[in-house]
Amino acid sequence: MNYQVEFQDVNVSYGSDIALQNINLQIPKNEIFGIIGPANAGKTTFLKAINRTLEFIHNAKTKGDILFNGTNVRSIRNVYELRRKVGVVFPLPVGLPMSIFENVAYAPRRSGIHDKYELEELVQRCLQQAMLWDEVKDRLHMLGTKLSGGQQQRLTIARALSHSPDVLCLDEFSIAIDPVTTMKIEDVLSELKDEMTIILVTNLVQQARRLADQTAFFNKSELVEYGPTEKLFTSPDNQLTYDYVTGDFG
Amino acid sequence: MSESSPTTSQGFSLRRGIEKVIDFTEPAVVGLIHLCGWSAIIFVMAIFFFVFKESLPAITGLEEGAIQGEVEQLDLVEFTTSPKWIPESAKKPTFGILALMVGTLSVTILSMVIAVPLGLGAAVYVSEFARGKPREILKVLIELLAAIPSVVWGFIGLVVLNPMLVDMTGEPVGLNILNAGIVLALMSVPIIVSVSEDALRAVPDSFREAGIALGANRWEMVYKVLFPAAKNGLLAAVLLGIGRGIGETMAVLMCTGHSVMMPTSIFDPVRTLTATIAAELGEAVRGDMHYHTLFLIGVVLFVFAFIINLTADLIVKGIKVQGNE
Repeated sequence: MNYQVEFQDVNVSYGSDIALQNINLQIPKNEIFGIIGPANAGKTTFLKAINRTLEFIHNAKTKGDILFNGTNVRSIRNVYELRRKVGVVFPLPVGLPMSIFENVAYAPRRSGIHDKYELEELVQRCLQQAMLWDEVKDRLHMLGTKLSGGQQQRLTIARALSHSPDVLCLDEFSIAIDPVTTMKIEDVLSELKDEMTIILVTNLVQQARRLADQTAFFNKSELVEYGPTEKLFTSPDNQLTYDYVTGDFG
Repeated sequence: MSESSPTTSQGFSLRRGIEKVIDFTEPAVVGLIHLCGWSAIIFVMAIFFFVFKESLPAITGLEEGAIQGEVEQLDLVEFTTSPKWIPESAKKPTFGILALMVGTLSVTILSMVIAVPLGLGAAVYVSEFARGKPREILKVLIELLAAIPSVVWGFIGLVVLNPMLVDMTGEPVGLNILNAGIVLALMSVPIIVSVSEDALRAVPDSFREAGIALGANRWEMVYKVLFPAAKNGLLAAVLLGIGRGIGETMAVLMCTGHSVMMPTSIFDPVRTLTATIAAELGEAVRGDMHYHTLFLIGVVLFVFAFIINLTADLIVKGIKVQGNE
Protein backbone atom coordinates (compact mmCIF):
# COMPACT_ATOMS: atom_id res chain seq x y z
CA MET A 1 0.00 0.00 0.00
CA ASN A 2 1.23 3.45 -0.89
CA TYR A 3 0.84 5.86 1.98
CA GLN A 4 0.59 9.62 1.72
CA VAL A 5 2.12 10.30 5.10
CA GLU A 6 3.92 7.86 7.31
CA PHE A 7 5.38 8.44 10.78
CA GLN A 8 8.08 6.03 11.97
CA ASP A 9 9.09 6.31 15.62
CA VAL A 10 8.76 10.06 15.59
CA ASN A 11 9.69 12.02 18.70
CA VAL A 12 9.43 15.79 18.93
CA SER A 13 10.55 17.91 21.85
CA TYR A 14 10.71 21.62 22.59
CA GLY A 15 13.72 21.96 24.82
CA SER A 16 12.91 19.65 27.72
CA ASP A 17 9.17 19.49 26.91
CA ILE A 18 8.17 16.41 24.99
CA ALA A 19 5.52 17.19 22.39
CA LEU A 20 5.27 13.89 20.53
CA GLN A 21 6.42 10.49 21.70
CA ASN A 22 6.98 7.37 19.61
CA ILE A 23 4.44 8.16 16.94
CA ASN A 24 3.89 5.40 14.40
CA LEU A 25 1.09 5.75 11.93
CA GLN A 26 0.24 5.59 8.25
CA ILE A 27 -2.19 7.84 6.45
CA PRO A 28 -3.41 6.37 3.14
CA LYS A 29 -3.97 8.50 0.08
CA ASN A 30 -7.32 10.13 -0.64
CA GLU A 31 -8.88 9.69 2.69
CA ILE A 32 -9.93 11.98 5.49
CA PHE A 33 -7.85 11.26 8.52
CA GLY A 34 -9.29 12.67 11.72
CA ILE A 35 -7.18 13.55 14.74
CA ILE A 36 -8.87 14.14 18.07
CA GLY A 37 -7.55 14.68 21.55
CA PRO A 38 -7.48 17.17 24.40
CA ALA A 39 -5.38 20.34 24.43
CA ASN A 40 -1.64 19.87 24.58
CA ALA A 41 -1.84 16.39 23.10
CA GLY A 42 0.56 17.23 20.26
CA LYS A 43 -1.96 17.53 17.46
CA THR A 44 -0.66 20.80 16.05
CA THR A 45 2.94 19.66 16.44
CA PHE A 46 2.02 16.61 14.38
CA LEU A 47 0.87 18.84 11.51
CA LYS A 48 3.91 21.10 11.76
CA ALA A 49 6.22 18.11 11.58
CA ILE A 50 4.82 17.13 8.20
CA ASN A 51 5.63 20.34 6.35
CA ARG A 52 8.74 21.01 8.42
CA THR A 53 7.52 24.31 9.81
CA LEU A 54 8.71 23.01 13.18
CA GLU A 55 12.12 24.22 12.07
CA PHE A 56 11.06 27.76 12.83
CA ILE A 57 10.63 26.99 16.50
CA HIS A 58 14.25 27.33 17.47
CA ASN A 59 14.40 24.72 20.23
CA ALA A 60 12.27 22.11 18.49
CA LYS A 61 13.98 18.76 17.92
CA THR A 62 12.63 15.97 15.72
CA LYS A 63 13.77 12.36 15.82
CA GLY A 64 12.56 9.48 13.71
CA ASP A 65 11.41 9.44 10.10
CA ILE A 66 8.47 11.15 8.47
CA LEU A 67 7.72 9.92 4.97
CA PHE A 68 5.76 12.07 2.56
CA ASN A 69 4.75 10.24 -0.62
CA GLY A 70 7.37 7.69 0.39
CA THR A 71 10.17 10.28 0.65
CA ASN A 72 11.76 11.16 3.94
CA VAL A 73 10.94 14.82 4.50
CA ARG A 74 14.32 15.31 6.12
CA SER A 75 16.03 14.49 2.85
CA ILE A 76 13.93 16.90 0.79
CA ARG A 77 16.18 19.63 -0.55
CA ASN A 78 13.55 22.09 -1.68
CA VAL A 79 11.56 22.53 1.50
CA TYR A 80 9.41 25.25 -0.12
CA GLU A 81 8.11 22.77 -2.64
CA LEU A 82 7.23 20.36 0.17
CA ARG A 83 5.31 23.15 1.89
CA ARG A 84 3.40 23.93 -1.27
CA LYS A 85 2.33 20.29 -1.41
CA VAL A 86 0.90 20.59 2.08
CA GLY A 87 -1.90 23.08 2.57
CA VAL A 88 -2.38 24.17 6.16
CA VAL A 89 -5.34 25.94 7.75
CA PHE A 90 -4.61 27.26 11.23
CA PRO A 91 -7.16 27.51 14.04
CA LEU A 92 -7.29 31.29 14.00
CA PRO A 93 -7.89 33.06 10.72
CA VAL A 94 -4.96 34.79 9.10
CA GLY A 95 -5.84 37.07 6.22
CA LEU A 96 -2.48 38.07 4.81
CA PRO A 97 -2.07 41.83 4.29
CA MET A 98 -2.77 41.71 0.57
CA SER A 99 -5.96 41.80 -1.46
CA ILE A 100 -8.39 38.89 -1.33
CA PHE A 101 -7.41 37.96 -4.86
CA GLU A 102 -3.69 38.10 -4.05
CA ASN A 103 -4.19 36.00 -0.92
CA VAL A 104 -5.40 33.15 -3.07
CA ALA A 105 -3.30 33.86 -6.16
CA TYR A 106 -0.02 34.12 -4.29
CA ALA A 107 0.95 30.46 -4.14
CA PRO A 108 -0.15 29.53 -7.69
CA ARG A 109 1.76 32.48 -9.07
CA ARG A 110 4.83 31.32 -7.23
CA SER A 111 4.53 27.89 -8.75
CA GLY A 112 4.57 29.43 -12.19
CA ILE A 113 1.00 30.25 -13.20
CA HIS A 114 1.02 33.75 -14.63
CA ASP A 115 -1.80 33.67 -17.14
CA LYS A 116 -4.36 36.19 -15.91
CA TYR A 117 -7.38 34.22 -17.09
CA GLU A 118 -6.12 31.00 -15.59
CA LEU A 119 -5.41 32.71 -12.27
CA GLU A 120 -8.85 34.29 -12.13
CA GLU A 121 -10.46 30.95 -12.78
CA LEU A 122 -8.38 29.27 -10.11
CA VAL A 123 -9.10 31.97 -7.53
CA GLN A 124 -12.81 31.68 -8.22
CA ARG A 125 -12.76 27.90 -7.89
CA CYS A 126 -10.87 28.00 -4.58
CA LEU A 127 -13.14 30.68 -3.14
CA GLN A 128 -16.18 28.70 -4.21
CA GLN A 129 -14.84 25.56 -2.58
CA ALA A 130 -14.30 27.52 0.61
CA MET A 131 -17.87 28.88 0.44
CA LEU A 132 -16.65 32.45 0.28
CA TRP A 133 -17.09 33.37 -3.37
CA ASP A 134 -20.61 34.76 -3.17
CA GLU A 135 -19.68 37.09 -0.34
CA VAL A 136 -16.55 38.56 -1.88
CA LYS A 137 -16.90 38.27 -5.65
CA ASP A 138 -17.59 42.01 -5.99
CA ARG A 139 -14.68 43.15 -3.86
CA LEU A 140 -11.78 40.86 -4.69
CA HIS A 141 -9.35 43.75 -4.41
CA MET A 142 -10.21 44.62 -0.85
CA LEU A 143 -7.56 43.83 1.75
CA GLY A 144 -7.95 40.29 3.08
CA THR A 145 -7.41 41.56 6.61
CA LYS A 146 -10.62 43.62 6.37
CA LEU A 147 -12.88 40.57 6.23
CA SER A 148 -14.71 39.31 9.30
CA GLY A 149 -13.14 36.50 11.33
CA GLY A 150 -15.24 33.74 9.80
CA GLN A 151 -14.68 35.08 6.29
CA GLN A 152 -10.95 35.29 6.87
CA GLN A 153 -10.96 31.68 7.99
CA ARG A 154 -12.67 30.64 4.77
CA LEU A 155 -10.16 32.79 2.91
CA THR A 156 -7.44 30.78 4.65
CA ILE A 157 -9.06 27.57 3.42
CA ALA A 158 -9.27 28.95 -0.11
CA ARG A 159 -5.61 29.87 0.12
CA ALA A 160 -4.66 26.41 1.30
CA LEU A 161 -6.50 24.93 -1.66
CA SER A 162 -4.93 27.36 -4.12
CA HIS A 163 -1.74 25.41 -4.63
CA SER A 164 -3.60 22.12 -5.21
CA PRO A 165 -1.82 20.41 -2.33
CA ASP A 166 -1.42 16.66 -2.02
CA VAL A 167 -2.35 16.95 1.63
CA LEU A 168 -4.69 19.44 3.21
CA CYS A 169 -4.18 19.90 6.94
CA LEU A 170 -7.01 21.53 8.82
CA ASP A 171 -6.22 22.52 12.38
CA GLU A 172 -9.53 23.11 14.14
CA PHE A 173 -10.74 25.07 11.16
CA SER A 174 -14.30 25.55 12.41
CA ILE A 175 -13.50 27.51 15.59
CA ALA A 176 -14.27 30.86 14.00
CA ILE A 177 -17.00 29.75 11.61
CA ASP A 178 -20.74 29.51 12.20
CA PRO A 179 -22.29 26.02 12.21
CA VAL A 180 -24.15 26.41 8.90
CA THR A 181 -21.02 27.39 7.01
CA THR A 182 -19.10 24.67 8.83
CA MET A 183 -21.53 22.07 7.53
CA LYS A 184 -21.18 23.42 3.99
CA ILE A 185 -17.40 23.25 4.19
CA GLU A 186 -17.63 19.73 5.56
CA ASP A 187 -19.57 18.76 2.43
CA VAL A 188 -16.83 20.29 0.30
CA LEU A 189 -14.19 18.34 2.21
CA SER A 190 -15.95 15.06 1.50
CA GLU A 191 -15.84 15.91 -2.21
CA LEU A 192 -12.22 17.06 -2.11
CA LYS A 193 -11.20 13.64 -0.85
CA ASP A 194 -10.95 12.43 -4.43
CA GLU A 195 -8.28 15.01 -5.18
CA MET A 196 -6.22 15.04 -2.00
CA THR A 197 -5.60 13.55 1.40
CA ILE A 198 -7.14 15.52 4.23
CA ILE A 199 -5.85 15.56 7.78
CA LEU A 200 -8.50 16.97 10.04
CA VAL A 201 -7.50 18.00 13.54
CA THR A 202 -10.64 18.80 15.43
CA ASN A 203 -11.99 19.54 18.86
CA LEU A 204 -15.45 18.56 17.75
CA VAL A 205 -15.44 14.82 18.22
CA GLN A 206 -18.61 14.48 16.19
CA GLN A 207 -17.02 16.31 13.28
CA ALA A 208 -14.38 13.61 13.08
CA ARG A 209 -17.10 10.97 13.27
CA ARG A 210 -19.06 12.62 10.46
CA LEU A 211 -16.14 13.07 8.09
CA ALA A 212 -13.16 10.90 8.84
CA ASP A 213 -12.44 7.51 7.33
CA GLN A 214 -9.91 6.83 10.04
CA THR A 215 -9.46 8.64 13.31
CA ALA A 216 -6.51 8.87 15.65
CA PHE A 217 -6.73 9.72 19.31
CA PHE A 218 -3.82 11.68 20.78
CA ASN A 219 -3.34 12.21 24.48
CA LYS A 220 -0.37 13.66 26.38
CA SER A 221 2.06 13.59 23.42
CA GLU A 222 1.21 10.00 22.65
CA LEU A 223 -0.84 8.33 19.99
CA VAL A 224 -3.26 6.27 22.04
CA GLU A 225 -4.74 4.47 19.09
CA TYR A 226 -6.04 4.93 15.59
CA GLY A 227 -8.22 3.00 13.21
CA PRO A 228 -11.43 3.09 11.21
CA THR A 229 -13.60 5.87 12.62
CA GLU A 230 -16.63 3.69 13.36
CA LYS A 231 -14.53 1.24 15.31
CA LEU A 232 -12.83 4.00 17.28
CA PHE A 233 -16.14 5.51 18.21
CA THR A 234 -18.00 2.32 19.03
CA SER A 235 -15.50 -0.24 20.26
CA PRO A 236 -12.09 1.31 20.83
CA ASP A 237 -9.27 -0.83 22.18
CA ASN A 238 -8.33 1.66 24.84
CA GLN A 239 -10.49 2.74 27.76
CA LEU A 240 -9.16 6.32 27.50
CA THR A 241 -10.38 6.58 23.95
CA TYR A 242 -13.77 5.30 24.93
CA ASP A 243 -14.02 7.87 27.72
CA TYR A 244 -12.98 10.66 25.41
CA VAL A 245 -15.34 9.90 22.55
CA THR A 246 -18.27 9.37 24.88
CA GLY A 247 -17.53 12.59 26.75
CA ASP A 248 -16.55 10.87 29.97
CA PHE A 249 -12.98 12.07 29.88
CA GLY A 250 -11.79 13.49 33.17
CA MET B 1 -24.28 49.64 72.18
CA SER B 2 -23.35 53.09 73.30
CA GLU B 3 -19.71 51.99 73.36
CA SER B 4 -19.61 50.54 69.90
CA SER B 5 -21.72 53.08 68.08
CA PRO B 6 -19.04 55.80 67.91
CA THR B 7 -16.55 53.40 66.29
CA THR B 8 -19.06 52.12 63.74
CA SER B 9 -20.25 55.55 62.89
CA GLN B 10 -16.66 56.69 62.68
CA GLY B 11 -15.79 53.75 60.40
CA PHE B 12 -18.84 54.48 58.39
CA SER B 13 -18.02 58.13 58.00
CA LEU B 14 -14.38 57.29 57.18
CA ARG B 15 -15.47 55.01 54.37
CA ARG B 16 -17.84 57.66 53.14
CA GLY B 17 -15.09 60.19 53.42
CA ILE B 18 -12.82 58.08 51.21
CA GLU B 19 -15.61 57.59 48.74
CA LYS B 20 -16.17 61.30 48.70
CA VAL B 21 -12.49 61.94 48.11
CA ILE B 22 -12.51 59.45 45.24
CA ASP B 23 -15.62 61.04 43.79
CA PHE B 24 -13.96 64.37 44.07
CA THR B 25 -10.56 63.37 42.71
CA GLU B 26 -11.93 61.38 39.78
CA PRO B 27 -12.76 64.47 37.68
CA ALA B 28 -9.49 66.05 38.78
CA VAL B 29 -7.52 63.03 37.54
CA VAL B 30 -9.49 62.97 34.30
CA GLY B 31 -8.81 66.67 33.92
CA LEU B 32 -5.12 66.13 34.55
CA ILE B 33 -4.93 63.41 31.92
CA HIS B 34 -6.73 65.66 29.45
CA LEU B 35 -4.24 68.39 30.25
CA CYS B 36 -1.31 66.02 29.57
CA GLY B 37 -2.81 65.20 26.19
CA TRP B 38 -3.49 68.79 25.30
CA SER B 39 -0.11 69.99 26.53
CA ALA B 40 1.53 68.60 23.39
CA ILE B 41 -0.74 70.77 21.27
CA ILE B 42 -0.24 73.75 23.57
CA PHE B 43 3.54 73.43 23.37
CA VAL B 44 3.60 73.10 19.60
CA MET B 45 1.28 76.08 19.30
CA ALA B 46 3.34 78.12 21.75
CA ILE B 47 6.60 77.39 19.98
CA PHE B 48 5.07 78.09 16.60
CA PHE B 49 3.55 81.31 17.90
CA PHE B 50 6.84 82.51 19.39
CA VAL B 51 8.96 81.66 16.36
CA PHE B 52 6.39 83.17 14.04
CA LYS B 53 6.07 86.32 16.14
CA GLU B 54 9.84 86.83 16.16
CA SER B 55 10.02 86.31 12.41
CA LEU B 56 7.09 88.57 11.55
CA PRO B 57 8.96 91.93 11.61
CA ALA B 58 11.22 90.65 8.84
CA ILE B 59 8.23 90.38 6.55
CA THR B 60 6.22 93.40 7.66
CA GLY B 61 9.26 95.64 7.83
CA LEU B 62 11.06 97.21 10.76
CA GLU B 63 12.23 100.76 11.44
CA GLU B 64 14.41 100.54 14.50
CA GLY B 65 17.51 98.92 13.04
CA ALA B 66 17.21 100.63 9.67
CA ILE B 67 18.78 103.83 8.47
CA GLN B 68 16.75 106.86 9.51
CA GLY B 69 13.66 107.44 7.41
CA GLU B 70 13.86 104.13 5.61
CA VAL B 71 11.82 101.06 6.33
CA GLU B 72 13.85 97.89 6.06
CA GLN B 73 11.90 94.99 4.69
CA LEU B 74 12.88 91.48 3.69
CA ASP B 75 12.46 90.67 0.03
CA LEU B 76 10.61 87.35 0.17
CA VAL B 77 11.45 86.48 -3.42
CA GLU B 78 15.11 87.03 -2.70
CA PHE B 79 14.75 85.09 0.54
CA THR B 80 13.45 81.95 -1.16
CA THR B 81 15.29 82.08 -4.49
CA SER B 82 18.68 83.64 -3.87
CA PRO B 83 21.57 81.37 -3.02
CA LYS B 84 23.41 84.30 -1.40
CA TRP B 85 23.43 84.44 2.37
CA ILE B 86 25.48 87.48 3.41
CA PRO B 87 23.71 88.78 6.51
CA GLU B 88 26.53 90.83 8.00
CA SER B 89 27.53 92.74 4.89
CA ALA B 90 28.03 96.43 5.67
CA LYS B 91 27.10 97.56 2.17
CA LYS B 92 24.13 95.39 1.31
CA PRO B 93 23.12 92.43 3.47
CA THR B 94 21.57 89.63 1.42
CA PHE B 95 19.30 87.03 2.94
CA GLY B 96 18.85 84.18 0.48
CA ILE B 97 18.30 80.71 1.89
CA LEU B 98 18.11 78.70 -1.31
CA ALA B 99 21.61 77.33 -0.80
CA LEU B 100 20.80 76.54 2.82
CA MET B 101 17.62 74.67 1.87
CA VAL B 102 19.48 72.76 -0.80
CA GLY B 103 22.14 71.98 1.80
CA THR B 104 19.64 70.63 4.29
CA LEU B 105 17.74 68.61 1.68
CA SER B 106 20.82 67.15 0.02
CA VAL B 107 22.35 66.03 3.30
CA THR B 108 19.03 64.60 4.51
CA ILE B 109 18.24 62.80 1.28
CA LEU B 110 21.72 61.28 1.06
CA SER B 111 21.57 60.15 4.67
CA MET B 112 18.17 58.52 4.10
CA VAL B 113 19.41 56.76 0.98
CA ILE B 114 22.05 55.18 3.18
CA ALA B 115 20.10 54.79 6.42
CA VAL B 116 16.73 53.41 5.28
CA PRO B 117 17.99 50.21 3.61
CA LEU B 118 20.61 49.75 6.31
CA GLY B 119 18.13 50.36 9.12
CA LEU B 120 15.36 48.21 7.68
CA GLY B 121 17.82 45.44 6.89
CA ALA B 122 19.18 45.54 10.41
CA ALA B 123 15.66 45.52 11.84
CA VAL B 124 14.69 42.49 9.75
CA TYR B 125 17.85 40.72 10.86
CA VAL B 126 17.34 41.48 14.53
CA SER B 127 13.65 40.62 14.54
CA GLU B 128 13.50 37.66 12.12
CA PHE B 129 16.86 36.00 11.75
CA ALA B 130 19.03 36.65 14.80
CA ARG B 131 18.48 34.35 17.77
CA GLY B 132 19.64 34.15 21.33
CA LYS B 133 22.89 35.85 22.34
CA PRO B 134 23.77 37.68 19.10
CA ARG B 135 20.31 39.17 19.06
CA GLU B 136 20.52 40.48 22.62
CA ILE B 137 23.99 41.89 22.06
CA LEU B 138 22.91 43.58 18.85
CA LYS B 139 19.90 45.18 20.48
CA VAL B 140 21.96 46.58 23.33
CA LEU B 141 24.60 47.90 20.93
CA ILE B 142 22.02 49.56 18.71
CA GLU B 143 20.44 51.25 21.68
CA LEU B 144 23.89 52.36 22.78
CA LEU B 145 24.43 53.82 19.32
CA ALA B 146 21.30 55.92 19.74
CA ALA B 147 22.62 57.34 22.99
CA ILE B 148 25.81 58.82 21.52
CA PRO B 149 25.58 62.64 21.66
CA SER B 150 25.50 64.41 18.34
CA VAL B 151 28.63 66.40 19.08
CA VAL B 152 30.53 63.11 19.32
CA TRP B 153 29.20 62.13 15.92
CA GLY B 154 30.33 65.51 14.62
CA PHE B 155 33.75 64.87 16.09
CA ILE B 156 33.94 61.50 14.33
CA GLY B 157 32.98 63.14 11.05
CA LEU B 158 35.56 65.83 11.55
CA VAL B 159 38.49 63.75 12.78
CA VAL B 160 37.93 60.24 11.42
CA LEU B 161 35.79 60.47 8.31
CA ASN B 162 37.30 63.71 7.05
CA PRO B 163 40.85 62.40 6.37
CA MET B 164 39.41 59.10 5.08
CA LEU B 165 37.34 60.95 2.50
CA VAL B 166 40.33 63.10 1.54
CA ASP B 167 42.35 59.93 0.91
CA MET B 168 39.61 58.19 -1.02
CA THR B 169 38.19 60.99 -3.15
CA GLY B 170 41.23 63.17 -3.61
CA GLU B 171 39.27 66.27 -2.64
CA PRO B 172 41.25 68.88 -0.67
CA VAL B 173 38.80 68.80 2.25
CA GLY B 174 36.62 65.92 3.38
CA LEU B 175 33.91 68.02 4.99
CA ASN B 176 31.05 67.86 2.54
CA ILE B 177 27.60 66.43 1.78
CA LEU B 178 28.97 62.89 1.71
CA ASN B 179 30.61 63.21 5.10
CA ALA B 180 27.53 64.74 6.74
CA GLY B 181 25.26 62.27 4.95
CA ILE B 182 27.20 59.30 6.29
CA VAL B 183 27.32 60.69 9.82
CA LEU B 184 23.60 61.55 9.76
CA ALA B 185 22.82 58.11 8.37
CA LEU B 186 24.69 56.45 11.22
CA MET B 187 22.81 58.65 13.66
CA SER B 188 19.41 57.80 12.16
CA VAL B 189 20.00 54.06 11.83
CA PRO B 190 19.45 53.22 15.52
CA ILE B 191 16.12 55.07 15.54
CA ILE B 192 14.99 53.40 12.35
CA VAL B 193 16.11 50.00 13.61
CA SER B 194 14.44 50.15 17.00
CA VAL B 195 11.14 51.59 15.77
CA SER B 196 10.85 49.26 12.79
CA GLU B 197 11.95 46.26 14.83
CA ASP B 198 9.06 46.97 17.20
CA ALA B 199 6.74 47.22 14.22
CA LEU B 200 7.93 43.88 12.85
CA ARG B 201 7.73 42.18 16.25
CA ALA B 202 4.14 43.38 16.55
CA VAL B 203 3.13 41.31 13.52
CA PRO B 204 1.58 38.12 14.95
CA ASP B 205 3.48 34.88 14.41
CA SER B 206 0.45 33.41 12.70
CA PHE B 207 1.21 35.68 9.71
CA ARG B 208 4.70 34.22 9.48
CA GLU B 209 3.40 30.68 9.77
CA ALA B 210 0.77 31.30 7.10
CA GLY B 211 3.33 32.77 4.73
CA ILE B 212 5.76 29.92 5.31
CA ALA B 213 3.02 27.32 4.93
CA LEU B 214 2.26 28.74 1.50
CA GLY B 215 5.74 27.81 0.44
CA ALA B 216 7.25 31.27 0.65
CA ASN B 217 10.90 31.36 1.58
CA ARG B 218 11.91 33.60 4.44
CA TRP B 219 12.82 36.62 2.37
CA GLU B 220 9.54 36.42 0.46
CA MET B 221 7.72 36.10 3.75
CA VAL B 222 9.42 39.25 5.04
CA TYR B 223 8.84 41.16 1.83
CA LYS B 224 5.33 40.00 0.97
CA VAL B 225 3.79 39.51 4.39
CA LEU B 226 5.70 41.33 7.13
CA PHE B 227 6.40 44.60 5.32
CA PRO B 228 2.77 45.18 4.29
CA ALA B 229 1.54 44.13 7.72
CA ALA B 230 3.95 46.46 9.50
CA LYS B 231 3.88 49.27 6.95
CA ASN B 232 2.59 52.00 9.27
CA GLY B 233 5.26 51.32 11.86
CA LEU B 234 7.95 51.13 9.20
CA LEU B 235 6.80 54.42 7.72
CA ALA B 236 6.91 56.00 11.15
CA ALA B 237 10.45 54.71 11.55
CA VAL B 238 11.57 56.24 8.26
CA LEU B 239 9.86 59.55 9.11
CA LEU B 240 11.54 59.71 12.48
CA GLY B 241 14.81 59.17 10.65
CA ILE B 242 14.05 62.00 8.20
CA GLY B 243 12.96 64.20 11.07
CA ARG B 244 16.25 63.56 12.78
CA GLY B 245 18.08 64.35 9.55
CA ILE B 246 16.39 67.68 9.00
CA GLY B 247 16.49 68.74 12.62
CA GLU B 248 20.04 67.63 13.41
CA THR B 249 22.28 70.62 14.01
CA MET B 250 25.55 70.01 15.77
CA ALA B 251 26.82 67.08 13.73
CA VAL B 252 26.01 68.70 10.39
CA LEU B 253 27.52 71.97 11.58
CA MET B 254 30.78 70.12 12.09
CA CYS B 255 30.67 67.82 9.08
CA THR B 256 29.25 69.79 6.16
CA GLY B 257 32.05 72.33 5.93
CA HIS B 258 29.53 75.04 6.77
CA SER B 259 30.06 77.12 3.66
CA VAL B 260 27.21 78.75 1.78
CA MET B 261 27.20 77.44 -1.75
CA MET B 262 25.04 75.63 -4.24
CA PRO B 263 26.48 72.13 -4.37
CA THR B 264 27.08 70.49 -7.72
CA SER B 265 28.21 67.11 -6.39
CA ILE B 266 28.19 65.23 -3.11
CA PHE B 267 31.82 66.23 -2.61
CA ASP B 268 30.86 69.90 -2.25
CA PRO B 269 30.57 71.47 1.18
CA VAL B 270 27.21 72.96 2.09
CA ARG B 271 25.53 74.70 4.96
CA THR B 272 22.21 73.71 6.45
CA LEU B 273 19.30 75.74 7.81
CA THR B 274 19.69 74.45 11.35
CA ALA B 275 23.43 74.98 11.50
CA THR B 276 22.96 78.55 10.31
CA ILE B 277 20.56 79.31 13.13
CA ALA B 278 22.82 77.67 15.68
CA ALA B 279 25.95 79.41 14.51
CA GLU B 280 24.53 82.90 14.00
CA LEU B 281 21.73 83.47 16.45
CA GLY B 282 24.12 84.16 19.28
CA GLU B 283 25.91 86.86 17.30
CA ALA B 284 22.92 88.49 15.66
CA VAL B 285 21.84 91.80 17.14
CA ARG B 286 18.55 91.27 18.85
CA GLY B 287 15.82 93.04 16.93
CA ASP B 288 17.63 93.66 13.66
CA MET B 289 16.89 92.12 10.29
CA HIS B 290 19.42 89.31 10.64
CA TYR B 291 17.86 88.25 13.96
CA HIS B 292 14.33 88.17 12.59
CA THR B 293 15.39 86.37 9.43
CA LEU B 294 16.95 83.59 11.46
CA PHE B 295 13.56 83.06 13.06
CA LEU B 296 12.00 83.01 9.61
CA ILE B 297 14.35 80.12 8.85
CA GLY B 298 12.85 78.44 11.89
CA VAL B 299 9.42 78.89 10.30
CA VAL B 300 10.75 77.30 7.11
CA LEU B 301 11.90 74.30 9.17
CA PHE B 302 8.41 74.13 10.61
CA VAL B 303 6.98 74.07 7.11
CA PHE B 304 9.35 71.23 6.20
CA ALA B 305 8.24 69.21 9.20
CA PHE B 306 4.61 69.89 8.36
CA ILE B 307 5.04 68.78 4.74
CA ILE B 308 6.74 65.55 5.83
CA ASN B 309 3.99 64.68 8.28
CA LEU B 310 1.28 65.55 5.79
CA THR B 311 2.91 63.42 3.12
CA ALA B 312 3.13 60.52 5.53
CA ASP B 313 -0.52 60.93 6.43
CA LEU B 314 -1.50 60.96 2.79
CA ILE B 315 0.60 57.90 2.06
CA VAL B 316 -1.00 55.96 4.90
CA LYS B 317 -4.47 57.09 3.84
CA GLY B 318 -3.65 56.28 0.24
CA ILE B 319 -2.79 52.74 1.20
CA LYS B 320 -6.04 52.46 3.11
CA VAL B 321 -8.18 53.81 0.27
CA GLN B 322 -6.53 51.40 -2.12
CA GLY B 323 -7.37 48.59 0.24
CA ASN B 324 -11.02 49.57 0.39
CA GLU B 325 -11.62 49.51 -3.32
